[in-house]
Amino acid sequence: MKNQSNQLQHFLLGLLAVSMLVLASCGKTNQGANTGALSGNAASKTYVAPGQLDEFYAFMSGGFSGQVSVYGLPSGRLFKVIPVFAVDGEKGYGFNEETKPLLNTSHGFIPWDDAHHPNLSQTNGETDGRWLFINGNNTPRIARIDLSTFETVETIEIPNSAGNHSSPYLTQNTEYLMAGTRFSVPIPQKDVPISSYTQNFRGALSFISVEKESGEMDVAFQVLMPGIDYDLASCGKNQSHGWAFFTSYNSEQKNSLLEVNASQNDKDFVAAINWKKAEEYLKQGKAKEYPTDYMHNVYNESTQTATSTSKKTVKVLDPADCPGLVYLLPTPKSPHGIDVNPTGEYIACSGKLSADITVHSFANMLKAIENKDFDGEFQGIPVLKFESVLGGVVKEPGLGPLHTEYDNQGNAYTSFFISSEIVKWKVGTWEVLDRVPTYYSIGHLMVPGGNSMKPDGKYVVALNKITKDRYLPTGPELTQSAQLYSIDGAKMELLLDFPTIGEPHYAQGISADKIIPKSKQFFKLSENKHPYMIPSEKDAKVVREGNNLHVYMTTIRSHFAPDNIEGVKVGDKVYFHVTNLEQDYDVPHGFAVMGANNGELLIMPGQTETLVWYPKKEGVFPMYCTDFCSALHQEMQGYIRVSPAGSATALKWWLGEEKPVQ
Amino acid sequence: MKSFPKILFFLAAAMMLTLFIFPMWSITLIAPQYPKGVTMYIWINKITGSEEGTLQNINILNHYVGMKHIEPDDFKEFVYFPIVIIAMSVLGMLLAFTGRWKWWMGWLIIGLIGCAFGLYDFYLWEYDYGHNLSPTAPIKVPGMSYQPPLIGNKTLLNFLAKSWPYIGGWFIGGTVILGTIATWLQRRNTVVQ
Repeated sequence: MKNQSNQLQHFLLGLLAVSMLVLASCGKTNQGANTGALSGNAASKTYVAPGQLDEFYAFMSGGFSGQVSVYGLPSGRLFKVIPVFAVDGEKGYGFNEETKPLLNTSHGFIPWDDAHHPNLSQTNGETDGRWLFINGNNTPRIARIDLSTFETVETIEIPNSAGNHSSPYLTQNTEYLMAGTRFSVPIPQKDVPISSYTQNFRGALSFISVEKESGEMDVAFQVLMPGIDYDLASCGKNQSHGWAFFTSYNSEQKNSLLEVNASQNDKDFVAAINWKKAEEYLKQGKAKEYPTDYMHNVYNESTQTATSTSKKTVKVLDPADCPGLVYLLPTPKSPHGIDVNPTGEYIACSGKLSADITVHSFANMLKAIENKDFDGEFQGIPVLKFESVLGGVVKEPGLGPLHTEYDNQGNAYTSFFISSEIVKWKVGTWEVLDRVPTYYSIGHLMVPGGNSMKPDGKYVVALNKITKDRYLPTGPELTQSAQLYSIDGAKMELLLDFPTIGEPHYAQGISADKIIPKSKQFFKLSENKHPYMIPSEKDAKVVREGNNLHVYMTTIRSHFAPDNIEGVKVGDKVYFHVTNLEQDYDVPHGFAVMGANNGELLIMPGQTETLVWYPKKEGVFPMYCTDFCSALHQEMQGYIRVSPAGSATALKWWLGEEKPVQ
Repeated sequence: MKSFPKILFFLAAAMMLTLFIFPMWSITLIAPQYPKGVTMYIWINKITGSEEGTLQNINILNHYVGMKHIEPDDFKEFVYFPIVIIAMSVLGMLLAFTGRWKWWMGWLIIGLIGCAFGLYDFYLWEYDYGHNLSPTAPIKVPGMSYQPPLIGNKTLLNFLAKSWPYIGGWFIGGTVILGTIATWLQRRNTVVQ
């Protein structure tokens, strides 16, 4: 008995010790890895009280969702998903007749793409809140989003390109958007053996001009480069304005097993392109017109309808005919991200297989060009001596550097994918100042204005690829995430962790003050020039043109006009042109009809949208409003009678026996 | 300074014309979904809203409880009130030159009677809109009417209705005050002489 009670005592003591250890370690983990060094007052720094507004907008690429998501900072609240390259049943984008043309390409209608790098328009090197551009990576395109409506208003296909990855980085007055091809391909396309890569493959770097007032894009010219893979881009600022820089990999010019074959050379290239010189060569008529095929799609605000134009030629500059147009800067180990600092002097290049960050100096580059400090040529393009252009090296800051953003204090922030951290370093002294872990495997990072001449040095957002244990599990597919860190103190501090839609590649941030005053509340009916718009219920009608039926319909709280239609036949093609007569903020109406093979309409006040419906069976089918508009939303419904093909049912439509008020 | 009361009376009469520059009355409806409120402005010759679509929006709200559609064309007052105002204003400005305080006083009394009639007319319209409800209204609350207050604040279902004079209305108040002061000064001058 005694022995037993001793054992029990020991056991209890042991248990106490273990539980104290557990408690102690719990205390540690609360401040340690699992919560990401979250300090006590972090919550108050991201708390935006109910009814209060965030300080910044964050526009994040939706990656393989093809869309752009809009968040508030510092709260991390999601406001909107803007459909760009992928159809969206929720908003009818790509399903209604008005927006379908935005997804047209030379390959036909494409309902999806991979959206990577949002870039806000800039004036004098500062974000101006007018437009957001984003690239489609798969079928090479750039889209423009109007920030007064937060809607996609233009898409342009990039000819001679294959994988529009180094895009749409822009110049300090939004003169040009960059569009460098990731894959080199035969230009013009032709049927050749893949193994003829070195003879037949070239890479096109496109410069997309942006009209100052309308924002309309055009393929101004392309530079025909050697056949390698172009990765990312950054444009000069201040003294380097007029130059654009592209990273590349695969200077080995291989076409298979690139993970090994394209990682052999000690250095690949940064291509520096003097686009002001390109403009001179264009004026001198040095460009060749290449036959090609691409689509340009523009949404007209007045007709509220997009139209597609097919284009057949593109101006191409060959560096062989244009001396001084392109120089190659040797850069270690497959450089990925390239980021010019706010003063325009330094170009941070992240060799993703290198342990260092290589920073080129623009002044050194100009000197080396002047002194003809060349290290031979690559495919006829002069290669500058590495030592002559180098500005500095950040020594062993981490593993797998990817991208760099800047603050307004002369500091740089570089993301490290492999070591999963953000490293802060000083531009000019190249010393590492601070580092914080990210959860996990950060790709891009974003400081609001951090790629412009006027960064807002308050926050950095990490855009992470992997979340593993950070959120509740959702089966094999997990969310990606963003993490918000404050950077206005000496040490970076993790404030918030929030999930994102799709895979967030790059993101942009902008002070909310630059957007709020421009944000449209509704469309004025008096300015609606849609060809099928009707200004009042009195004009509601159904018009038959052969097998096509055009329903001119209106919505206002809480009914459709007309809401009963007869005389529709199996085999007809019915166009519902629905005009939302509301002229108030936040009163959209939805329209859905049973058996529609596309989506719904979500019509903003003052807008007209068109849904096509193919009645396939006879019977009586309902339609209704999908957006909870009012107290009598549920009553906002109607019927469509479908008669057999060739039957004599008269075409009739009405709304109520007595007209409701209004 | 003998002409001062005349100038003052002239100004008072001229001030009435501000009714063509500013609304005279405002009715604002406030609800949780309308934090800034929806404001309807009543002018001497028209009805407007704080925004282009305001009147339509108020009509949409009103139709749920069966109130009549507010149509500016229904108001005959918008034709003859402006004539009365212009006539009174011109008459007042002419009378200012005569310097006869008794005539001025007479003008003021007629004007005040006119104001009282205008307010009564306004009340009748409000009564009509608030009580004359459609029998097929989607929302019927037994015993409920929706007449906004003639002046002041009143809760109508989920809305707080605020009815107050607006800039033009305050100027009319100014007409009465300045006219009265002018008349009193002119009377004093006359009696002293």
